[in-house]
This record gives sequence, C-alpha cells and structure tokens, in this order.
Amino acid sequence: MKDILTTENLTFDYIRRDDEGNVEGITTAVDNVSLDVKEGEFIAILGANGSGKSTLAKHINAILYPTEGTVYVDGKDTSDDKNLWDVRQSAGMVFQNPDNQIIGQIVEEDVGFGPENLGVPTKEIWERVEESLKAVHMYEYRKKSPNRLSGGQKQRVSIAGVLAMHPKCIVLDEPTAMLDPSGRKEVIRAIRALNDVEKITVILITHYMEETIYADRIFVMDKGRIAMEGTPKEVFSKVEKLKRLRLDVPQVTLLAHELKKAGLPLSDGILTTEELICQLS
Amino acid sequence: MSIILDHVRYTYESGTTHRSDALKDISLKIDDGEFIGLIGHTGSGKSTLVQHLNGLLMPTSGSIYFDGKDISDSDYDKKELRRHVGLVFQYPEHQLFESDVFSDVVFGPRNMGLDKKAAELTAYKALESVGIPHDLFYVSPFDLSGGQKRRVAIAGVLAMNPDVLVLDEPTAGLDPAGRDEILSLIKKLHDEKKITVILVSHSMEDVANYVGRIIVMNDGMIFLDDTPKNVFAHYTELEDIGLSAPAVTYIMAALKKKGLNVDTGATTIDEALYSILGALRR
Repeated sequence: MKDILTTENLTFDYIRRDDEGNVEGITTAVDNVSLDVKEGEFIAILGANGSGKSTLAKHINAILYPTEGTVYVDGKDTSDDKNLWDVRQSAGMVFQNPDNQIIGQIVEEDVGFGPENLGVPTKEIWERVEESLKAVHMYEYRKKSPNRLSGGQKQRVSIAGVLAMHPKCIVLDEPTAMLDPSGRKEVIRAIRALNDVEKITVILITHYMEETIYADRIFVMDKGRIAMEGTPKEVFSKVEKLKRLRLDVPQVTLLAHELKKAGLPLSDGILTTEELICQLS
Repeated sequence: MSIILDHVRYTYESGTTHRSDALKDISLKIDDGEFIGLIGHTGSGKSTLVQHLNGLLMPTSGSIYFDGKDISDSDYDKKELRRHVGLVFQYPEHQLFESDVFSDVVFGPRNMGLDKKAAELTAYKALESVGIPHDLFYVSPFDLSGGQKRRVAIAGVLAMNPDVLVLDEPTAGLDPAGRDEILSLIKKLHDEKKITVILVSHSMEDVANYVGRIIVMNDGMIFLDDTPKNVFAHYTELEDIGLSAPAVTYIMAALKKKGLNVDTGATTIDEALYSILGALRR
C-alpha cells in the first residue's frame, strides 16, 4: 500500500512573544516526529493535553508548516505553496466543536460549500452532497436547519462536508469531546464506516480510549514525541505506562487488568467484553 | 440551604411561533451536602435547569425556593443568590481575562463588594484549595495547561464561597488524568467544605464513580431520580433516550447471561472486581 502521510523529522516550535514583539521563549510542540500512514489505515492518536497531537494534526492539511523536517501528504510536500490546494483536498479536517464548523443555513448547502469552493460543476456538487450525506446517514435531514440538529448530527454533517471534497484522508481532532453518549456512538460508527466501506484513511485524535479499539495502529504522544506505537492490543497491554502518560485504557481492559493482578489467568490487552467472557469461562 | 423546584416550567420565546418548552413541570428537592449527577442528551433541558438554580433564568411558571425563600419575589436579592450558588460553565477557561491568575480570581469577590484585602484573602484560599502552586499566581492564565486553566476558573467561582457548586461538564476536553484530577478536586470540596455539588456530565463512568444521586432529564422532564445503581439498572431505557450505562454495567450483564453469578448492579471497576472474584470463588 502507498503512503498517504509521511512525516520526516517533523519539528514545530511555537514562538512566544511579549507585548513589544520580543521573543520570550520557544515551546517545541512537536519534536522530531517521523511516521508514515498507509492509504486506507485507521490510525488513532492519543496523548495528554499539550502533548502535541493537535499541532501534529494541523500539519496534515497545511494549517501549520514544519519549523524543521518535512510533511508529505499523498506524496506532496506541504511546505510548497503550489501544493496547498492539493494537500487540503487530499486531507480534510474535522474539529471538536460542531458549532464552529457549520456555516450553511440548510444542511445540504453546508455540505455543498466545500465542493463549490473547489469549483466543482453544479450537477456534480449535488451528487457529492447526496452521497456524502448518505454515507453518514444524514440524507433525510438535508433540508433541515443545522440549528435544529443534535450535537452528534451536527458533527456528522461536518464530516459529510469534508467527504464532499473527496478527500483520501480525514483527520478528526477530538470530534466527540462535546457529545452525549449516543452522539459519540453515532459519530464513531460513521467514522468506522468511512474507513471500512469508503476506504478513506482515518486519523482520529481522542481522549476516549474506547473509541480507538478498532484502529489498525495507535500512536501515543508525549511532550511532542511519539512515546508508543502499536496495535490497540499492544498499546493497551501497558496499563501502568499509559497512566504515567496521563492516559487510561478502555474500562474492560482495566477490569481485566485488575482481575489479572488479583490472580486470574488472563492475557494482557483484552479489548472487548466478548474476549473477557471467553477467557473467564 | 436546600433548593426546591415546585412545578417549574420554562418556555423559550414564549408568545411567538418558535415557542418551545425546555422544562415541563419539574419538581425536585436538593438537600444540603448532596453530590448529584445531572445527565441527559443534548437538548434534554439540563442547561436550562441549572441556569434556574442561580436565577439566570426565571421560571415561566412554578416556583423555586432557595433556603425557604421564593426567588421570584420582587424583593429577593438575586445577587446574594448568585453568591450562594456558584455556576461553572462549560469550558470556563474561555472566560479567564485578567493579566495574571491571582487578579482573575480576585475579580469575583471584589465585584461582590468585598474590600481589597478580604477579596485577596478569599482568592488566595480558593487558589490553594484547587491546588494551584504559589509560583503560578502571577503568571498569565493563558500560559497554563488546559487542566490548570480549568482549576483557576473553578477557583474564581469558589472565591465567592458558594454553598452550592454547579459544574457543567467540567472535564470536557481534558485528558484522562486531568479528568480524574478535576473530579477528585470536586469530591474533596464536597467532602471537606460540605459544598453541595451538582455535576452535569456526559460521562456515565464519572457519574457512577462520584455521585450519590443521579437525576436523568429527558424532553424537559425528569425521567429518573435515584441512586447510580438503581438508575443504571434501567440501561436499555437510558439508551432509548440517547444515554448509556457505564461500560462495567454492560460487562456485568453479559457475564450474568453467560451464567456467572455476578452483581449486575455494579457500576464501578472496584465493585465489578469484587463481585467477579466473589462469584468465581463460590
């Protein structure tokens, strides 16, 4: 499989300045990160607040450029101005707060904004709007005002808006942080379907460990670096290490870990209730 | 300092074609020193309800009594009510605005009319109680981490010495350790300062781990009002209204179905651990 995303020694410094504009200090938010993501992968990125996850994500669609190192999206160097539109079209982004991302008065208008902006012919815009809304199961709401939707529905409209631009990769930065339990479930289901059915590469940043158990690989960030990398099973086997990194494991993994500590013969990194039951009986 | 809501109804844009009933006939009593979890899907009326508790919104009909007095009375002192009932909004750190942490926390008590010295003393105590170290008192709030900013914002409300603290999703956007730190802090304030706490949350695990009573809202009404154990026993009904139970509840139900004699009322990891080990030993 081809790489959709490659970072080579990516470093990003935030420069803090005082009121007069003098440099007060430099914070290295991303520190020498090299990674690659294959087309069609489902990647999750975990990490404490301030570990550099969002800064890394913003490099994937050229909102930020590396201070040092290089980022390639679908083979194109993001620092090269002439690649800007290609990069943004290849990698779409969804943020935490749905209310900051929806601009249209009607759902279908909102979803059509992206392709319209790309200069897609009108007839094709409507086709894209229809398929995108269908992919996130929001087609029946196409004539509604976004204000009338729940948080999970709004977030799915945001995802449809990105889908309509036909990206190869979609980066979601804590898309469920503000949602209620059913909203979280709806959004995660939609994201998994994009990956499974549409074969779109997904990069999901989250603080909810449960949302990452279906990922192909998890990257754990700490102080701007990649501290751990592996399958969910490998990563979540390291309960104590994750806690030191201010993270957690899924509830079922934690319960299995505690049962194992109490002397039961269980394996590490149990991720689902079915697995736990199977090993208990 | 009990709070009583008696048949409270609240209608947004009443008298227009857009009118919508956000609260429909809510009656409940909140006693001194309770630790309550308020859950419900987006739009169920939680936020409208909590805004009534300190008089930011007044009922369209029905009454609210704080410490026995009707807060709708024309001579009722709303400013005093807001001192007693502190409200911490979602993402409270977005409301930090002063040039340093200490000034930000002093602002509230000064605004309530306390003299400079008294306001500084209460701000100092509030910052200490949320665990902000002294060397951060004079840095810009914008240079703090997400969890620290949120603590400062909570200190700003604590500096008013409230008897009731209402927090709307205080852990949203924090990493797991940050979540635990904020929740342990809230529990400590509840246990040591005897503050009544009302925690609005979308995390069923957090609610199960910390509160003594859960109020479930749906469609502007109270759907359930009981202990965590009893509320989460209704997990299928909770799913029908956009909620869920803690992960542990589902694990225990599945184990029971497989024939292991566990306590399906367990809602926390500790309870589940104890029950599973007990069932296996038998």
